[in-house]
Amino acid sequence: MPEHSGIAIEARELGLRFDTKDGDIEALRDVNLTVRSGEFVSLIGPSGCGKTTFLRVVAALEEPTSGTMSVNGMTPDEARRARAYGYVFQASGLYPWRTISRNVRLPLEIMGFNRAEMARRVQDAIDMVGLSGFERRFPWQLSGGMQQRASIARALCFDADILLMDEPFGALDEIVRDRLNEHLLSLWRRTGKTVAFVTHSIPEAVYLSTRIVVMSSRPGRITDVIECPLGPDRPLEIRDTPEFLEVAQRVRAGLRSGHDD
Amino acid sequence: MLTRTLLPVATVSAMVIAFWYVMVVVMNSAWTLDQAKRSGIELQFGEIVADTMQQDRPRLPSPHQVGLELWDATVAKKITSRRSLVFHGWVTLSATMLGFVIGSLLGVLLAVSIVHSRVMDMGVMPWAIASQTIPILALAPMIIVILNSVGISGLIPKAIISAYLSFFPVVVGMVSGFRSPEFMQIDLLRTYNATKRQVFWKLRIPASVPFLFTSLKIGIAASLVGAIVGELPTGAVAGLGARLLAGSYYGQTTQIWAALFAAAILAASLVGAIGMLQRLTLARMGMDR
Repeated sequence: MPEHSGIAIEARELGLRFDTKDGDIEALRDVNLTVRSGEFVSLIGPSGCGKTTFLRVVAALEEPTSGTMSVNGMTPDEARRARAYGYVFQASGLYPWRTISRNVRLPLEIMGFNRAEMARRVQDAIDMVGLSGFERRFPWQLSGGMQQRASIARALCFDADILLMDEPFGALDEIVRDRLNEHLLSLWRRTGKTVAFVTHSIPEAVYLSTRIVVMSSRPGRITDVIECPLGPDRPLEIRDTPEFLEVAQRVRAGLRSGHDD
Repeated sequence: MLTRTLLPVATVSAMVIAFWYVMVVVMNSAWTLDQAKRSGIELQFGEIVADTMQQDRPRLPSPHQVGLELWDATVAKKITSRRSLVFHGWVTLSATMLGFVIGSLLGVLLAVSIVHSRVMDMGVMPWAIASQTIPILALAPMIIVILNSVGISGLIPKAIISAYLSFFPVVVGMVSGFRSPEFMQIDLLRTYNATKRQVFWKLRIPASVPFLFTSLKIGIAASLVGAIVGELPTGAVAGLGARLLAGSYYGQTTQIWAALFAAAILAASLVGAIGMLQRLTLARMGMDR
């Protein structure tokens, strides 16, 4: 284990400006956030609030213009080289010319694992997301939800201890989404990974998270951080309990207050 | 299935042939009437029509004349004969294939360099486009003459003209193909810390395969045109282009049309062969939905 004293992601006074055709856009301003190892943190907010940008800064896909970001005690770039995180995008991004198992194997090929190790890790990851038996199928032969599960397996197979997820279930229907949320939660409990999860959906954020970061747009910033004390054991029915609804209410209020100014 | 594809094709073909026969009568009747007038004979309509179909040097040969000439020049003649279309077709085909291979390789290499280098992108693309605006008919004789002066003649100059025409669709198609992966795909590979080389081999190359075959189809047809054009300035020595030229020297319209059809059949077979290769490859890659 790397020595980072239990802190997975730490942003200090983080700011990011984009110079676009429509002028200067302040995507992030003064963002301070500390995510401890093993936490499940959701980022929620309207479009343009910088939640995806924040995740991309963590992944070293964007360069902040001010402030600092550290991932497992390293710069984001070092963290990427150390394979600190797996990234899951909104679209599964599976290669249509690769079978499911060869898609999951892609990062391992790039990182240069040996054959036997690749086979073992691919099988483990595929089993973990419940896609056993579909290894030799091509992506188009699978449903959208299964494709997204394959992309999660791809992010898990090289044992990064941080999982960055950018609206991974945003394009799926409600029922599939519920199932995948349940699945993701049990996966998180089993593996103890740190998850940073971007979403539009209040119930999804409350159901999954230990902490919810509410963001607001123009400029993108954090307006509220809400603890979600529902405990580790969360059946889907928990969403009808008063505790759940209370947290959801607070998130909604946070989103609304951020929207008014 | 059979009737769904066969019926429309047969219908259109029948219409084209019918139109052709009508035009044969229209185009050739003047000569028939002229001949009849000179010998002082009155011709019935039926006789006029019959005569337009069987002239020696018709303005427009009838379909069955062309078909007969095709049969005669391919099956009936020995392959080694100077009048065999198989012989001339082979001469053209060999130049086409050599030019196609050179042009496609050049096209792919240029596309690779354009995708990887901004300088190549800005510097080469305008030249590639400009190269295609020069009429090949004007350029071909110069290529033949220049190469001949350094002692290169025969297959190579024609292949170079073929390559000149066929590299362009391959460049354009492959640049689009290599650039077809979405940003997200590139970002994903960046999160794995993939090298440029890995991005190229794991993502850009497989993603460009469908584009490759489409470009090759256009490229091989252009190659054939290039080879035929390359045969014109050499003075009707051998090849389908030479047959076309000789036919027009001696007013042998039937020979011209037969050579034209031979070229068309050759082009269709070449494009069809690449189409087959495309289906097989995409099926193997699981992208043949």
